[in-house]
Amino acid sequence: MSVDIKDIIKPENLVYKKSSVLTDNVMHYCPGCSHGVAAKLIAEVIEELGIQREVIAIAPVGCSVLLYNYLQVDWQEAAHGRAPALGTAVKRLRPDRYVVTYQGDGDLAAIGTAETIHACNRGENILMIFINNGIYGMTGGQMAPTTLEGMKASTCPFGRDLEHDGNPLKITELIAQLPGTCYVTRQSVHTAAAVRKTKKAIIKGFQNQKAEKGTSFIEIVSTCSSGWKLTPAQSNKWMEEHMFPFYPLGDIKDR
Amino acid sequence: MAKIKGAIVVDAVACKGCALCVEACPSKTIGLAKEVNAKGYNFAYMAVPDTCIGCANCAMVCPDSCITVYKMKVAEPA
Repeated sequence: MSVDIKDIIKPENLVYKKSSVLTDNVMHYCPGCSHGVAAKLIAEVIEELGIQREVIAIAPVGCSVLLYNYLQVDWQEAAHGRAPALGTAVKRLRPDRYVVTYQGDGDLAAIGTAETIHACNRGENILMIFINNGIYGMTGGQMAPTTLEGMKASTCPFGRDLEHDGNPLKITELIAQLPGTCYVTRQSVHTAAAVRKTKKAIIKGFQNQKAEKGTSFIEIVSTCSSGWKLTPAQSNKWMEEHMFPFYPLGDIKDR
Repeated sequence: MAKIKGAIVVDAVACKGCALCVEACPSKTIGLAKEVNAKGYNFAYMAVPDTCIGCANCAMVCPDSCITVYKMKVAEPA
């Protein structure tokens, strides 16, 4: 028995639709960018927890900054790398609000390393979301602290050379050692299963904030198809083969 | 026996043709259109509408949130 598509497409049969927290703006991200999925997940979690009017998000610098055009919550824009410092201030002034920072690897792990480490060490009661794609996406694919050994970027066209450029930085493991953090996890958004896991992690981050447990830190290992010069599907495969062995997924700390 | 039938609606204006939904679809329902949208992307569409099971995997991985998923049970004659 065949059913007409028009009979299926009815409001009562709806199982998934765009979150109402997202604006109607078309995202500026390149096709297949993990930022879009991460943004969508934050929006869905905010909608499900019903905290849209209680969230203050901190925008960083990089591709991630334009998230303030897509999420209908209150925003503050921080200087490059200073989102955790601004998040600290916002949370201390308004402890009744949920504060979430959203940063890329160039922002969080390079210029903002000091702010990141000290905010986590103080155990500021905020949720930090860290998008790690191993490259500076917005400025043209330069090498980031998280660029893997041998990975090509525009400032290391022959691949990262450890002798010359130093070692890639596992900032999430570094942060997990700090006493202020309550939840440190590394997730990804390359498959539907991974997306669901990441969503659970973000929900936990908001719940920890409500329970005043300390800093929750969620790293999302992401792709940068334009920077890596691969198609979105190839990027996901490359990430599975190269990023995951160095940045293994899973909870690092949960207390 | 009841059978699950699904359908998706793709926002062809916002779709950037990244094809992540094509990869994520377990029933190989989705394909990229030969036509392009206003931005010049080959947008996603239901290439084989009969096989859709409404699992919403495509919508979960869509970076631009342009897929809406519907699902219903269809009673099949024994």
